[in-house]
Parts: sequence; C-alpha cells; structure tokens
Amino acid sequence: MEEAKNKVVEFLQSKAGSKSKFYFNDFLDLFPDKGPRDVKKILTALVNAEVLEYWSSGSTTMYGLKGAGKQAGAEGE
Amino acid sequence: MAKHATPKLDQLESGPWPSFVSDIKQEAAYRAANPKGLDYQIPVDCPEDLLGVLELSYNEGETHWKHGGIVGVFGYGGGVIGRYCDQPEQFPGVAHFHTVRVNQPAAKYYHTDYLRQLCDLWDLRGSGLTNMHGSTGDIVLLGTQTPQLEELFFELTHKMNTDLGGSGSNLRTPEACLGMSRCEYACYDTQACCYALTMEYQDELHRPAFPYKFKFKFDGCPNGCVASIARSDFSVIGTWKDDIKIDQAAVKAYVGGELKPNAGAHAGRDWGKFDIVAEVVERCPSKCISWNGSALSIKTSECVRCMHCINTMPRALRIGDERGASILVGAKAPVLDGAQMGSLLVPFVEATDPFDEIKEVIEKIWDWWMEEGKNRERLGETIKRLSFQKLLEVTEIAPQAQHVQEPRSNPYIFFKEEEVPGGWDRDITEYRKRHQR
Repeated sequence: MEEAKNKVVEFLQSKAGSKSKFYFNDFLDLFPDKGPRDVKKILTALVNAEVLEYWSSGSTTMYGLKGAGKQAGAEGE
Repeated sequence: MAKHATPKLDQLESGPWPSFVSDIKQEAAYRAANPKGLDYQIPVDCPEDLLGVLELSYNEGETHWKHGGIVGVFGYGGGVIGRYCDQPEQFPGVAHFHTVRVNQPAAKYYHTDYLRQLCDLWDLRGSGLTNMHGSTGDIVLLGTQTPQLEELFFELTHKMNTDLGGSGSNLRTPEACLGMSRCEYACYDTQACCYALTMEYQDELHRPAFPYKFKFKFDGCPNGCVASIARSDFSVIGTWKDDIKIDQAAVKAYVGGELKPNAGAHAGRDWGKFDIVAEVVERCPSKCISWNGSALSIKTSECVRCMHCINTMPRALRIGDERGASILVGAKAPVLDGAQMGSLLVPFVEATDPFDEIKEVIEKIWDWWMEEGKNRERLGETIKRLSFQKLLEVTEIAPQAQHVQEPRSNPYIFFKEEEVPGGWDRDITEYRKRHQR
C-alpha cells in the first residue's frame, strides 16, 4: 500500500509542471495489475491522509495533490 | 425597497406561471424580517444578491458564475458542488454560493417535522433557497459558504439521519417510484431495492472512481414514473411473465359505462361514450388484444407490457402474478453523444430482497466500464463504442431473442467461430474472387 501511494505521489509530482488535476482513469495506467477498486482504495487513503484532494465541477470529479494548481483561494474565497 | 433594481426579472413574474423570481423575493423579505430571530450564518441579503447577479447576466448576456472547485465535506468526494460568483464585491451575498445535494427519502415520503427541521437548518446555515427536487431526485439546497459545510453535514447526518447525495464522477443518488406503498401496478418493491442498493454502494456514492456519473433508477412497472428508461445508466423496471388478469364482468362494466375509463381522468370534455375498440384494442402496439363484443382476450406471447390497456381499465385488467423486473442499461441525456434510451440487458429477474442477482449484474458492468470507459463517457457511450455484444460477454449473459430489435433485418448479435458447432471454414481469397469489396 505504501509503495502504491508513493507511486501515485511521484506520478503527480512528475506532472506538476504541466497538469494539476487528473481523472480517475489516469491512475489506472499506473497499476496495470490492479483492478479499479484497488486503485480507488489507494486514492481514497491518500485523500483521507490529506495528501490528495478532490476537485469537482459538479458533473465530473478529478484528483490532484493538495494545494496544487489553481486553488479556491484564487477563485474569490 | 429591493437592494438591486431588477426590471427584467420583474417582467418574468408577469407570466401565467408561478415564478422563481417571486419565490426568491419572498425569501429575501422573510430573511430581512427574520421572524424567528435567527443568527444567520451567511449574509442575510444573499437572495437579493442572487437576483442582482441574474439581472446583471440578463443585461450583459453572460454568466457571472464560476464552475467547480475543491469543496466538500471530509471523506466525501461528492454531494457538494462549488459555486463562486465572479463579481464578489458587487454581490457579496453570493460570493460563494455552493450547492448541497441531500439524499431524498425513498419515493420522497416526508414527515412534516422533517421538512421543518430541514428548512430551519437551511435558513440558519444557507440561503434558505431550496430546489425540491433536482432532476436526479435529491433535495437540492442552494447557496451556502464553505465554513458552513461541515456544520451542515454534521446536523444532517447526526440529528436528521440523512446523508448527502451523489455528485461528480460518482454513483448518483438512486431514485425509486413509490412502488408497492401506494401503487397496485408495482411488480417488485422498488423502495426496498433502492434502499438496499444505496446502502450496499455507499463507497461508490461518496468516493468518485468512475469515468463519469452513473445513475440507478427503479420503476415498479412499465409506466415508468421515474422515467428510468430514459435517464438512468441502469434502470430496473417491473414486469411480469404470465397473463394479464382479466375480469370480464368489469370489462363489460367499462363498455356499458358503469365504470369510468382511465379512472375518470379524461372527463373534462365531451369525449363521447367509451369505445373499447378504438381506445383499447386498436391502441395496442402489438395488436394482441381482441374484443368479440362480450369478452376481451389478450395474447400474452405478443404483449409488450405497454400498460395502455391496464391504465385505461384498471378495474378490469391487472398485472400478472409472476412478477419481477427487467434491467435496461445505457440511457443518458445528450452531452458527448446524443440522448439515448436504455437497451434491454436482462429480460427478467425476480427482484426480491437481498437483490443479489441485480447486484451481480451491476458489479460486472462497473468492472468493465471502470476499466474501458473513457473520461466523461457514460455507460451508454461505452456500449455504443465497444458494442452491446461486448457488454453481454462481460456480464456473462447469453444473447437471447429479447436483445434483438429486428431479427430479420438486423441480427445485432454476431456469432463467433467457437460458438458454432463445428466452426466454419472460409477461404477469404476464394470468397473475394466471387465478391468484390
């Protein structure tokens, strides 16, 4: 689990220059041997640990590193 | 005196229908008067600012709402939708105006005490404006600010025993018709099914892991009061296998005029005497009904469960006794691809508690769609892209006659060589000698 979590964080950090929010499907490619449910468990654990955070448009949800990219602070909060 | 002049919105109130503008003004006046002496947790004048920002948009022809954000309650990835206004100085009351989706009770049965609690809570911690109900069926609480979310969530879950609904790439709040609680047409217990599946799939409801949204809806009969066939990725519609039960004496009573057709629904004008041939027999889409002047007969093998005859003569015709449900998949409104109706996947399941057969189908579909579905692609679009046959393969359902719309012109299901006894031998070059590409 720890190894998997690090893999997610490393992936997000490697993309930090170009992109801050990712679809759930983007993480499936990181773990070709794992099913979507296992990948969800990893991401949920990271969200609960406040390493990742959700971003939602209302119809679609994306994941990103906490604090990365354009934040609510920049949106008038 | 209103805070903002809203001549364009005022005009909307002059139409023949009840106006949302009047409703918002009423709430604005109520908040200003504050008869209960509440310590409002968000600006008192947010309904007025809401009208102001809308009037501005009408004047300029563009929106002042920003879409989306990182809002929610801890541990949940849905249920709250971030909304921010891009004119916060001019309209401070709606600088944040987040929407909260709340899971409605099954079939929307409310206790008035519950509604009062809900409204009191929302007056205190939100704008007081609600939408009863959103398209998916949830209670929609319109407009609050970020610091109120956790407080609101605590009150809802701990004191009112109510959870948030689904939003984002989640399982959306499941919805059921009122089913057996009031309706004689219900072929299975829609509320029980809706509740069982809501409880079973809590994780999918609150923690997004799908390519896009996914909706369940449960209709007790083919009348489809929650329109599951048109708007849910997975719709369970009640049906029956045996004959429609006919009470010939009651049929005669309808013909003779003692009983009113459609339970008297079309009584406002002079529709004339009830004509069973024109109004029932000839309206049957599969022409399976006949009336010989004294007895009605229905050919069950031809019946497509359209419900028309039963709706017209509910005292004479009843749904059969061998009841269950059909499962249809892939309906959606137009976003990527056009709107689509559901396609029949499982012609009949018993649909009894604990609904394991239904759960089994759902989980197989999810495993496939989560793996293969593209971002922002609904199940219906995945089916269209990868074929219905592929869906049958992953759900391990054998192709059957009910899956085929027009057997002679469009076989729809293709055989594979290993499915045909003896396989087949075909030399493509030999074939091409006789048939051009």
